[in-house]
Amino acid sequence: MRRLLSEPFAVDRPWRLNPLVALRDESFGALAYHYGNRRLVFLKSRTLVTLVSSLHEYPSAAEALDAHVPEAQHTSYARALERLAASEVIDAA
Amino acid sequence: MPPEHVRAVSPVPLKDRFSQGLDAPICLTWELTYACNLACVHCLSSSGRRDPDELSLDEARGIVDHMVDMKVFYVNIGGGEPMVRSDFFDLVSYAVERRVGVKFSTNGTRMTPARARRLAALDYLDVQISIDGATAATNDLVRGEGSYEAARRAMDNLASAGFGQFKVSVVVTRQNVEELDALAAIADEYGAQLRLTRLRPSGRAVDSWEALHPTAVQQRMLYHWLAERPGVLTGDSFFHLSALGEPLEGLNLCGAGRVVCLIDPVGDVYACPFVIDRQFLAGNVRDPGGFPGVWRESSLFRSLRQPQSAGACASCGSFDACGGGCMAAKFFTGLPLDGPDPECVHGHGEAALAARGTSPRASIGHSKVARDGTPLPVPTPVRFRSPART
Ligand code: SF4
Ligand code: SF4
Repeated sequence: MRRLLSEPFAVDRPWRLNPLVALRDESFGALAYHYGNRRLVFLKSRTLVTLVSSLHEYPSAAEALDAHVPEAQHTSYARALERLAASEVIDAA
Repeated sequence: MPPEHVRAVSPVPLKDRFSQGLDAPICLTWELTYACNLACVHCLSSSGRRDPDELSLDEARGIVDHMVDMKVFYVNIGGGEPMVRSDFFDLVSYAVERRVGVKFSTNGTRMTPARARRLAALDYLDVQISIDGATAATNDLVRGEGSYEAARRAMDNLASAGFGQFKVSVVVTRQNVEELDALAAIADEYGAQLRLTRLRPSGRAVDSWEALHPTAVQQRMLYHWLAERPGVLTGDSFFHLSALGEPLEGLNLCGAGRVVCLIDPVGDVYACPFVIDRQFLAGNVRDPGGFPGVWRESSLFRSLRQPQSAGACASCGSFDACGGGCMAAKFFTGLPLDGPDPECVHGHGEAALAARGTSPRASIGHSKVARDGTPLPVPTPVRFRSPART
């Protein structure tokens, strides 16, 4: 199975949890498993889990960040979303 | 592929969290049967004979249902040879239909073109064909005569069936470590992924480990070979080598009873597939709480999730990377569990082996036996129908 090139992350666009990904809550955050590329990814904070699971409710990732993440941490969470887009845990909605 | 850590803000290192155990295993191995038509000298489960008490298809489906409840993403199916179970396809389909992905290991002897096509039609399924050498001479020495041919034919059949990317799975030994490049070339030829795992002295390898495990020089060479090839899968099994320098990719911890466990063919739950011994038996899936009950409540698993003593490794500068190595390797070579791994890259294992009073432990098993109960010499002559002709 060849991987398709994932769309680069852009904070002003709408994103969602990839339908091929399942999340399992754990005390540290959650495990995310991608049934397509078979990758296991660790989401290492509860806030990140909430953010990722509610992305689809917002017209852009930036608005989801506003709703769920303290301002001072927007940069680090945006970077986390960028990595999740690269590993196809989230995709462009 | 090694798991990826996406951290935003994480106060506690993930490794510490994992050492305390998770709500469900990440790496769950399920051996479907102790029956096997081969008799590899390093078989981790001493397989050969079917156990009359093996789980029925109904019981096996019940375990899959529990996996769904626990959100187990995938299960590693092995044996024995899982494909000798007549209900193999029923069970695999039942699991993947419920989105419990299946990664299964096979010796390939039963991989007919028709079965390969059937597997190719299933989603969420990965296949690993075991082969322990790039040539029949090297492979058949441990897996038995004819097993190399059978494995290659299984690969041909998967490729012809359009299965896509399967895995070529190799246990690294003193004999095949020189053939790693050739093994990688075989995998490439099929567009397959190479998967290397560590030989542990478990099952029948209690007796063959001395002769088969790579030398210290070979281990160093293996470390560099792997470090240069992050695409090669290892199931995190060589983390004791991380003491040689930059840690290899992966979690680098012994996950036994914390993120790893084994369900054996009769439903016994062990801390890991390499410790089939009463001391590491956590319970049975037939117990009232089923598999989830064993995973969450067993006193063995609870104690493994407590902080462990580093023992003689405490003063080692590499402890963070190596963690003292593999519990199974220590147990079956008769070394203390809180000391160095027998293959400690700083040589402390060799010293401990030389000093140990006890001999390696026997392991319980299902090797084929002669009528008087004495184990048959392995490898036994292999007789199986060629997959191409069935
Ligand atoms: S005992 Fe060895 S094989 Fe089992 S989980 Fe620990 S390190 Fe891995
Ligand atoms: S002394 Fe222990 S921690 Fe250090 S490298 Fe050897 S096994 Fe690993």
